[in-house]
Amino acid sequence: MNEESVFYSRILTETTLSFHIIYATIGVGVPLMIMIAQWVGIKKNDEHYILLARRWARGFVITVAVGVVTGTAIGMQLSLLWPNFMELAGNIIALPLFLETFAFFFEAIFLGIYLYTWDRFENQKKHLLLLIPVAIGASFSAVFITIVNAFMNAPQGFDVVNGELVNISPLLAMFNPAMPTKVAHVVVTAYMTSAFVLAAIAAFRLLRGSNHIYHKKALFLTMKVGLVFSITSAIIGDFSGKYLAEYQPEKLAAAEWHFETEGSAPLVMFGVLDDGEIKYAIKIPFALSILAHSNPTAEVIGLDQFPKDEIPPLYIHYLFDIMVTIGVSMVGLSGLYWLGIKLKWVFVNSKWYRILIVLGGPASIIAIETGWWLAEVGRQPWILRGIMRVEDAATTNPHVDIMLILFAGLYLVLGIGSIVVLSRMFKKNPVEQEIEDRHAEKGGDIL
Amino acid sequence: MTLEIIGIFVLWTFLFGYLIVASIDFGAGFFNAYSLLTGRQRILTNIIQRYLSPVWEVTNVFLVFFFVGIIGFFPKTAFYYGTTLLIPASIGLILLAIRGSYYAFETYGSRGHKGYSFMYGIAGLFIPAALSIVLTISEGGFVYMINDSPTLDYVALFRSPLTWSIVVLSLTSVLYISSVFLTWYANKAGDLEATRLMRKYALIWALPTIITAGGIMVELRSHNQEHYENMVDIWWAFALSLLLFIGTVWLLWSRRNYGIAFGLLAGQFLIAFFAYGFSHLPYLLYPHLTIYDSFTNEAMAIALIVAFIAGLALLIPSLYLLLRLFLFNKDYVRGKKEDNHA
Repeated sequence: MNEESVFYSRILTETTLSFHIIYATIGVGVPLMIMIAQWVGIKKNDEHYILLARRWARGFVITVAVGVVTGTAIGMQLSLLWPNFMELAGNIIALPLFLETFAFFFEAIFLGIYLYTWDRFENQKKHLLLLIPVAIGASFSAVFITIVNAFMNAPQGFDVVNGELVNISPLLAMFNPAMPTKVAHVVVTAYMTSAFVLAAIAAFRLLRGSNHIYHKKALFLTMKVGLVFSITSAIIGDFSGKYLAEYQPEKLAAAEWHFETEGSAPLVMFGVLDDGEIKYAIKIPFALSILAHSNPTAEVIGLDQFPKDEIPPLYIHYLFDIMVTIGVSMVGLSGLYWLGIKLKWVFVNSKWYRILIVLGGPASIIAIETGWWLAEVGRQPWILRGIMRVEDAATTNPHVDIMLILFAGLYLVLGIGSIVVLSRMFKKNPVEQEIEDRHAEKGGDIL
Repeated sequence: MTLEIIGIFVLWTFLFGYLIVASIDFGAGFFNAYSLLTGRQRILTNIIQRYLSPVWEVTNVFLVFFFVGIIGFFPKTAFYYGTTLLIPASIGLILLAIRGSYYAFETYGSRGHKGYSFMYGIAGLFIPAALSIVLTISEGGFVYMINDSPTLDYVALFRSPLTWSIVVLSLTSVLYISSVFLTWYANKAGDLEATRLMRKYALIWALPTIITAGGIMVELRSHNQEHYENMVDIWWAFALSLLLFIGTVWLLWSRRNYGIAFGLLAGQFLIAFFAYGFSHLPYLLYPHLTIYDSFTNEAMAIALIVAFIAGLALLIPSLYLLLRLFLFNKDYVRGKKEDNHA
């Protein structure tokens, strides 16, 4: 065991995943948003929505490119940094990994076709059909890869007898207890985040002085979709709590700072830990018992039931707080906006409210990041819960530190590059001008 | 056929797919950058962009498919290759990442930025060089077990003439495959000037390709006797491959049937690649790892093969559609259709 390699392998994996997840989340959610916009455009015969789909698709290519290359990086890094884990995982959970490449392949092919056939079909509906495999491929990539992560949390589908793996069932391994809540949570929050990121862009344009109806339509559509998915995320979050209570009680207990096993457990929100004492926290009576077992007096297992070296770091409570706070705020923000538009409240069109919507975009990304850190750090010290510890999985190669520097440089280049290209792309061709150009070109026809 | 053979056959097929599509891609990037340098950009860029734009993302997937698949079918490779390849594979990855994303940045973002084109073109040559190291390592003699962990001997690797021959072969074949394909593609587009130029490049790179390929046989004789003898046993396959090579060059020389010329070239590489792979068996890494001792369990193997067949049923029609819309669509190839991207 080489402690330095373990340490740097963890940092490098965390860096890659934290960077990749931004683009991956957008990559999963935005195709659905493009599909909705194009479909609404066809239904309402409204060129603004179709243009919206087209402009989103244009930006999407840039994010997808970074998503693809960083996805390739993490795919190979798993074997480079965690060879012992991948040797074990290859035997049991290779099926969804393999299926993920097919989903991705499928998406890649149709994305190429979709992008280059905008003007090929007279009938917009035919073109929209090409987007369906893109959206399906993108979502299923997320489904399959999340299944692998679910397996790491709740491994099953095999037995270990005398150090040998026997009775392997790839399907049982795939459909592990963590899978339903985890997959649903990842996919739905990707839709939610993408909607709020696109909403933030529309609100930003409106704040910057444009008063075009195009941006208003974009804002209302994205906030509405965001509302639906943020409510869904909250419901699934509740199920995740019940899953954790049943299968990974130490993760739940650490995230909620629930030290003693007890009934009628309160939910600790916020607060800080001072020498093992919780201070300044808000305690919601019975809430943890309800979250864990749907019963206000049910007993919730605390950290006292676990040996010290099998307890995840307690700072994951802060990650949990950030994720939940942002999630709930986004439900409120989008719900209020939707009501406000319906009931003609003026404040939802005010400057400060739009600033809040703009902030909602990056905030949603932060929620995604903290959610993943919570999921991964909360599984410590295990890479495969109960079976393999992180330090036993890492490579013995002593050069991981240099690779960390190289990859960090790469992500910096890609991050800056994608932001510069995206902002230049839309600044050079503002929507007002594009609408005008199109009218001039087609003599006022609808696209 | 055993499950082990089916597994390695599937993976090898996808690696071959990657070899061809990636070579076209890497070579095209290089020729594009080179034409910028020599002021012939006007002739080539259009043709190259037209081909590359809709397919660049698909190329990458072939590679992902291979390295994910090999962990599935042969999990022990993760331990041996995962540990030893950290540096060369990471460098390959970083180059692939820069190249892939900057291609998208240039094509969709700010067309015509020269710096991007150069980076893109040069990276395309370093990638095959970095990735081909894996083939050299697989021949054995560079990986030692130290404290039960496989360790790569970089000094021996960089001093070995075999390493450099394989690197050179990867470069020459990238340029050769790519230029033959682009000759055909330019001809289909009816672009005489580009056809003439690409044909010239193809003829230039033909001889170095076949010489380095032959050179590797000689290197192997002293480096890995066992593999060399296995190759000699199936000499007829390599001879057939050579005949196809001669056919391609002859067609290019006499300026006709560029489509068939490319077909013969694909056949030449197909036969040589599979003959090389076949003679390499049963070893995945001489002498540590064979396809038999590294194979996954039967349940997983069957699940992967079923998934593979189901996946192909989905992929082949989609790939066909992609090719029909772009590669085999005369109007698109000739630039008559106004197919601007979104």
